[in-house]
Amino acid sequence: MYRRFQVPNIWQEMDQLQREMNRLYDTTSRGRVFTAPGYPAINIWTNEDGQLISAEMPGVHPNQIDIDVTGDALSISGERIPDEVVKDARYHRRERSYGSFSRTIQLPFMVDTSKVEANFKNGVLMISLPRAEADKPKKITVKSK
Amino acid sequence: MAKQDQTMEVQKQEETPADEMERTRSRRSFIPRTDIYETESEIIVLADVPGANEKAVDITLEKNVLSITAYVEPAIPSGFEIAYAEYEEGDYQRSFRLSDEIDQDKIKAVVSDGVLRLRLPKFQEAKTKKIAVKTK
Repeated sequence: MYRRFQVPNIWQEMDQLQREMNRLYDTTSRGRVFTAPGYPAINIWTNEDGQLISAEMPGVHPNQIDIDVTGDALSISGERIPDEVVKDARYHRRERSYGSFSRTIQLPFMVDTSKVEANFKNGVLMISLPRAEADKPKKITVKSK
Repeated sequence: MAKQDQTMEVQKQEETPADEMERTRSRRSFIPRTDIYETESEIIVLADVPGANEKAVDITLEKNVLSITAYVEPAIPSGFEIAYAEYEEGDYQRSFRLSDEIDQDKIKAVVSDGVLRLRLPKFQEAKTKKIAVKTK
């Protein structure tokens, strides 16, 4: 009875090895890429004054992009409209998708909404989100008597 | 708010070099998502190459093999550090074998908003001729 429930020693060793390998990959691989939960995929750049968010949106016209910032939430929405195709066209490849999209990103700080800027160049959207002054950490000097 | 389109792809597919051709650029290379369709008079190729402008796209047609290469200069904002990434920047490369009927001198390529639009007109003579089947 006792023997049946005993985990063989080798599996403990294997589990240990797996954990170590996972940790190795997690910590050493630079620029680990996460799977985007929705369209568009974004990259976030940060410094102490705020963040930059970039998104690849090829084929979306800048007029078709809506950006909303409220407090600490950024939402990007829009629509990718297909080119007009002649009626009798025969498709050989059809890998690009179309339609409307919307994505909301929670930021780690309150945004100074009056200073938000967005640029769209070569199908890449870059949004600059400065941190609100009131939200920035205050340095407090310690006085001695 | 508009309904989220579930079919919108967000992940890029990395290119694997074909024919044991080695790359001399250290940057990563991706397969651009492409639409190709054919009409009576031309073949139209649409490829997503975000980050590439019209000067950074090379198109060659040699022995019926159409090669598209788009070079992307990585945009790293100065004074910022990457905090979170869902996509990687890199070049785009893809080749297609076309049928024999393209008029190479009349190929037109336009890059706008990160999309390459290629128009490959067919030779006028090569257009399909309809042959009437006669009955006795």
